[in-house]
Amino acid sequence: MTVTIFVPRDAAALALGAEKVARAIAQEIAARGLDAKVVRNGSRGMFWLEPLVEVRTEHERIAYGPVKAGDVKGLFDAGFLEGAEHALHLGPTKDIPFLRQQTRLTFSRCGVTDPLSLDDYRQYQGLKGLENAIAMTQAQIVAQVTDSGLRGRGGAGFPTGIKWKTVMDAAGPQKYIVCNADEGDSATFADRMIMEGDPFVLIEGMIIAGIATGATKGYVYTRSEYPHAIATMTEAVEIARAAGILGASVMGSAHAFDMEIRSGAGAYVCGEETSLLNSLEGKRGIVRAKPPLPALQGFLGRPTVVNNVISLASVPVIMDRGAEFYKNFGMGRSRGTIPIQIAGNVKYGGLYETAFGLSLGEIVDHIGGGTATGRPVRAVQVGGPLGAYFPRALFDTPFDYEAFAAKDGLIGHAGITVFDDSADMLKQARFAMEFCAIESCGKCTPCRIGSTRGVETADKIAQGIEPEKNKALLADLCNTMKFGSLCALGGFTPYPVMSAMNHFPEDFSPAPLIEAAE
Amino acid sequence: MNMRISAGEFTERSLQIIRDLKHLEGPMLPILHAIQAEFGYVPEEVKPVIASELNLSRAEVHGVVTFYHEFRDHPAGRHVLKLCRAEACQSMGSDRIADRARQLLGIDFHQTTLDGAVTLEAVYCLGLCACAPAAMLDGEVFGRVDEHCLGDIVAEARR
Repeated sequence: MTVTIFVPRDAAALALGAEKVARAIAQEIAARGLDAKVVRNGSRGMFWLEPLVEVRTEHERIAYGPVKAGDVKGLFDAGFLEGAEHALHLGPTKDIPFLRQQTRLTFSRCGVTDPLSLDDYRQYQGLKGLENAIAMTQAQIVAQVTDSGLRGRGGAGFPTGIKWKTVMDAAGPQKYIVCNADEGDSATFADRMIMEGDPFVLIEGMIIAGIATGATKGYVYTRSEYPHAIATMTEAVEIARAAGILGASVMGSAHAFDMEIRSGAGAYVCGEETSLLNSLEGKRGIVRAKPPLPALQGFLGRPTVVNNVISLASVPVIMDRGAEFYKNFGMGRSRGTIPIQIAGNVKYGGLYETAFGLSLGEIVDHIGGGTATGRPVRAVQVGGPLGAYFPRALFDTPFDYEAFAAKDGLIGHAGITVFDDSADMLKQARFAMEFCAIESCGKCTPCRIGSTRGVETADKIAQGIEPEKNKALLADLCNTMKFGSLCALGGFTPYPVMSAMNHFPEDFSPAPLIEAAE
Repeated sequence: MNMRISAGEFTERSLQIIRDLKHLEGPMLPILHAIQAEFGYVPEEVKPVIASELNLSRAEVHGVVTFYHEFRDHPAGRHVLKLCRAEACQSMGSDRIADRARQLLGIDFHQTTLDGAVTLEAVYCLGLCACAPAAMLDGEVFGRVDEHCLGDIVAEARR
């Protein structure tokens, strides 16, 4: 029997040397004349173990990691094709606690299958949701997505089913499904992992959205910083088209749906849906005023669903297992599962899909294992560059849209950046303003000018120039940006700034400057 | 990348690209990406060609090109080194790595070494946030970049 060895092709695994490992394994197989093959899978999302190499033995998959190219010969000598003991031996993959404790619905195949194998995809429940959707009416599909309680995973948390219903009810000869894959928030990589590790699930979700709303054309707008994801998605679309899953007759049905992969050009603001639509149309990525809603006048002025990758990739499992199944996970108005991305200065960084409701402390201390440097955790930023910094005192906050909003924060795209006690929170607040200044589209004044004034004011505080007056000024500026900006870039930049100032006031009161003696 | 291209050649080669892509809905960004892939940057001479083919004004084309950080108005070095400067990488000491890169290359961000070997760019997130700090040399990605690793990357780029 041919033994299968899995070496991830995920960009993070590649960044840690997976390509060299795969080459070394192929060389050993050839040199030893073994009956084995290498499959390039997605990542399981345990990045402290990457490159994580798995061997499929008769019974189960055995994991080894982190593997360096130099370890490969020793692994073969130890008999790793039989799952033998070795210093890097981690046991059966599914029993690794970080993985075992998760509820993988959206990411059920990620890291398990060959991302570009339709056979693998079908074998692991793929296309079941689409088959069910084809047998249903538009209204039934929309009702099922609405009943599941799925909310926009991009950050805004708007109910997906309601957005779909608006587009379904809108009249128009041409409607669109636009997938927002412009994952620009630091600490987030869930979209990238899906696109690289299970691209067909996104395609399936987009087709279902198309059938439900009457849209026949889809676009995935990805970042140019994700060349691996763009390549994998492009290839997957071609495979799906050749297999009759995309095209004039979706899986032999009366529905038509096709899609294209588009690349952004390095503008963070294009993750905002109206700016994304302008960019997709070929314009400057300037934010549009709402209304009109994109659902009614979106891409090229036509009715358009704009959904995040994870929202769309969660639809197939909802259509396969039912709304009740999905809704039974979670808490309050946050239903289902969320792929939490634990990043930054953390011991066990990676992707952890679980039902809503874990406390922030459980995520950071127990799952993440504290900092990578071994120093105490000082702050965690939740929700990317527009998310608030949380101190230890708020670690009891449950991971839930409303609970985070109540603490003047947001869960955003569910990325968490951990900082140890060497973090300077005034510097982080300044960076939030600086980032806003770099990335502002320039349409509205509070964001365009406010961010630059914010940087200057933070600098004055750091230099000890009238600190009390400037802190009050910074708070006032944040208030103006929060309520006066057109979109979330200017509107949410105050979250990291104000949370840093409120929760870590000691960093905003630097020692008074001692005048140099002349 | 051929630096000695005549204006006529720019027009001819870009016309081919534009005509291959102009049937797309929203063809501007795909065209600009293809132009940059062809010439290494978006030459000034190409803007009026795009404008006339897409029935836009030159100002509109110029506006789009200059909005996006990715599009260059002059050629980059033979290699482009991108260092992530966003929060997750900051938490793992990316500011120190950035300082070291500037020192090793003798240039600041958005600049190219005098020998034309390396252009240094800042990037805000490569999605490698759980193995920070992250870097990208041309298309190749690197995680957990320390000073040693950075030295290797720079040496590789300089060759």
